[in-house]
This record gives sequence, structure tokens and C-alpha cells, in this order.
Amino acid sequence: MTASRTMLEIHALEKRFDQTEVLKNIDLKVGEGELVFVIGPSGSGKSTMLRCCNRLEEPTSGAIMIDRERITDIPRRDLDRMRLKVGMVFQGFHLYPHMSVLKNVMLAQVKALGRSKPEAQARALDMLDQVGLKHKADAKPAELSGGQQQRVAIARALALDPKVMLFDEPTSALDPELVGSVLKVMKELREKGMTMLVVSHEMAFAREAADRVVFMDGGYVIEQGPPDELFGNPKSDRLKAFLSRVSGNEAA
Amino acid sequence: MRFFETFFNLSVIEKYLPDLIAAMGVTLYLAVATILTGVLCGAALACLRAAGNRYVNFIIIMFADMMRALPPLVLILILFFGMPSLGINLSGEMVIYLVLSCVLMAFAEEIFWGGLTSVTAGQWEAGRATGLSKAQTLFYIAFPQAFRMGIPPLVNRVLATTKLTALGSVIGVKEILSVSSSAQSFSGSATPLTMAALAYMIIFIPAVIASHQIERRFRYTR
Repeated sequence: MTASRTMLEIHALEKRFDQTEVLKNIDLKVGEGELVFVIGPSGSGKSTMLRCCNRLEEPTSGAIMIDRERITDIPRRDLDRMRLKVGMVFQGFHLYPHMSVLKNVMLAQVKALGRSKPEAQARALDMLDQVGLKHKADAKPAELSGGQQQRVAIARALALDPKVMLFDEPTSALDPELVGSVLKVMKELREKGMTMLVVSHEMAFAREAADRVVFMDGGYVIEQGPPDELFGNPKSDRLKAFLSRVSGNEAA
Repeated sequence: MRFFETFFNLSVIEKYLPDLIAAMGVTLYLAVATILTGVLCGAALACLRAAGNRYVNFIIIMFADMMRALPPLVLILILFFGMPSLGINLSGEMVIYLVLSCVLMAFAEEIFWGGLTSVTAGQWEAGRATGLSKAQTLFYIAFPQAFRMGIPPLVNRVLATTKLTALGSVIGVKEILSVSSSAQSFSGSATPLTMAALAYMIIFIPAVIASHQIERRFRYTR
């Protein structure tokens, strides 16, 4: 899939926590409908970068543009409107435990987007159907498996019609046999043309579904390219070392 | 026979029953007013504290600490016997209502605040990431969870505080204990005190049963 226009652009992004520099000069572009995978060792700043894209984390300097809007310039009190355009899926799902699955998917539609309740409910059921969980609409999150909870979390984000979806290690907290169901939903999303930026360790999935893979280490983007190229012919020593470590783990 | 004559004297029961029923009404409405005010204002204070203003929070914490540290009887006596010197005359019932409401408010605030701090950061982030404001995330996501976590300790505190309406007997409020103990002096019989004990049981045993049901209803597994 060739990108017609840029949906998400990160330019010269830096993030410092006190004295620790987590992100040092990150540049990254994600085209409309593109699925970009971010890989790298833990502590390389992947999640921090992702969290800067909806300003759950405040960048120290640099610019981020989403759908041609410079979101790094938005004053703090106007962030809510911007966040409606950016869906986020967390490693730990974070469904609201006191609400039914349906209410989880409806809440922000009604309170943040201002949809009417019947409209929000119809949309929520539609989204739950898309992730194969319409029959669980009345269940509480605690009654679902981890994979099901994560699919509800995806539906919750999608219901707001975001322009970009951010995935922060969406399958890392799941039992191996539940990973597939979540990846399947993500793949279907890609086919529908959703723009996605994914931080994950699912190398096989990256190889299969990503348009581009970005390798980060030590707060820098070290290397990026199509998955075949990056995995098949890594250029930097750091990426080579990382890939051999990861495949070593997989073999073990 | 002597036992029954002492604790269940029928003629004494007949004589003082109407007074005691009226006293039950006083105890009951003081208790209900205290619970409503204390729990609602305690919840409001906890939410206000979550807004994170340093000066406001200092005042809330001071208030909560003082109300929890002081014996309620001390506050009751100060308000009832001290305030008239400042030209503020409060009825005994008003004093009981104010003091117990403030005490319950302080405990409820601490219980709800404890609940709010144990709501995970992820819950807040999930709310904010879907475009909800901080206040909306507090009201729809964090506080309902804090409330559920707070129910068991809150129920205990509500029962303990409402039973303190008996302190009204010290300042002449016509609630169950004061009515029955003056009846005891007049009649020379212990029967009114038995009646008081029964009256408290009639009010509080249903309350205890209701509290179990509330706890069950709001329980959920994570």
C-alpha cells in the first residue's frame, strides 16, 4: 500500500525525564492507511514516542503533526478534542471494570464526542461486531479473556472514528494462544485503510502485515524500511544484534 | 419473676412507649440527615482533593485530621455551651447534626480519597486518551471505582457515627437514650433502658442487613 499523504509526522522529537534523555531527535512519517511497526529493545523509547503522539507524555521539544495539524502546539486545555482523532490501545487494556462492555465503548462517544445515546449504542454494537464480540456486549470486562478485553479496547478506540490508531504493545500481556485474535483484528483494520503506528514484539506479524518497520535503540531511529529488507538484510550492527537476540529467545 | 419485673415491667412499658416512639423518630431523622450530609459532602471533598490545588488540599486535610482526631463529645460540648457566648444559639439537635455530619464527612473523605488513589494510572490514561476531560474521567471512571472500594469501610463508619446520636442525651436532645434514661429516673425501673436497647435494635439491625446487601450489590471482580 503506497501512502498518498502523510497522516502522522514526527519531527526532531526529543523527550527528557529530568536528566535522562529518552528520545533524541526522532523523525518518523506514517502515511495515510499505512501500518508502521516500531521495534527495539526495552528502554529504547518506543512507548514514550507513541505516548507523545497523543500527548499523554509531553515532548520536551520537536513537532508532531497529525492530519496536518501541529498537535504539539495545542494548549493543554484543548487536548481533549485532539485526542478524539488519535485512538490508543494499551498493553494493559484498561477497560473500565465497573461498566459493561457496551458502556465501555459508549462512554467517550457520548461524553466527549457528544453523540446521542441511541447513536452511540448502535455504533458501539457495530464496532463490537467488527472485533467479533457483539455477543459479549452485556458482559463485564472481568468476565472476558485478555484477548477479548483487548479487542473491546480496540473497539472503544475505533468507535470515536480516529484518524490514527496507536498500539502500545497490544499483545504483550496476553497468553500466547490469545495473541492471534487481536492480531487478526489489527490486520482487518489495516485492510480497511486505518493508519496505524504499532509498538510490538510480534516479529512474525510485523513481517506479514507491516508496510514499514522502524528500529529504535537508545532514543534514536536507527534503521527503517520494508519488513523484508529490515529483517532480511539488516545494515546496522545494533539491529543485527537485536534480531539475533530476539530470534535466540524465540528458539529457546 | 424479679428479672421480668425489672427489665420488662408492662405498666412502665405502656406508660413510656409513646415517648420512646417519638424519640425513635428523632434518632432516625438525625441519623438519616447525618448519613446523607456526611457521605455526600465527604465524596465532594474527595473529588475536590483530586483536583490537586495545594491550598485547598491543605484545608481539606487539616479538616479531616481534626475531625477524626477529636472526640465527638468534645465538639458537641464546645458548640452547645461555647457558641451561645458568641451569640450563636444552636439547638441540641442542630449541634448533633452538625458535629456528626462533619465527623462522618471527614472519614468519608479519607475513605473515598483512599479509593481514588488506588484507581490505577491506566484507568485515568484510558479516559483521557479517549478525549474525556479530567473532570469527566474523575466522575465517570475513577470515582465510581473508588466508591465501590470504599463501601465496606464506609458502611462500618456510617453505623459507628450514627450510633453516636446517643450523645444527644448529654445536651438534652430528645432521642432514644435521653428519653429512656429520664424515664428510668422517674419510674425507678430499668425497663425503659431495655426499651431503648430494643429501639436501637429495631433501627440498626435492618441497617446492618441493608449494608450487607449494598456491599454485595456493588462488589465486582477485576
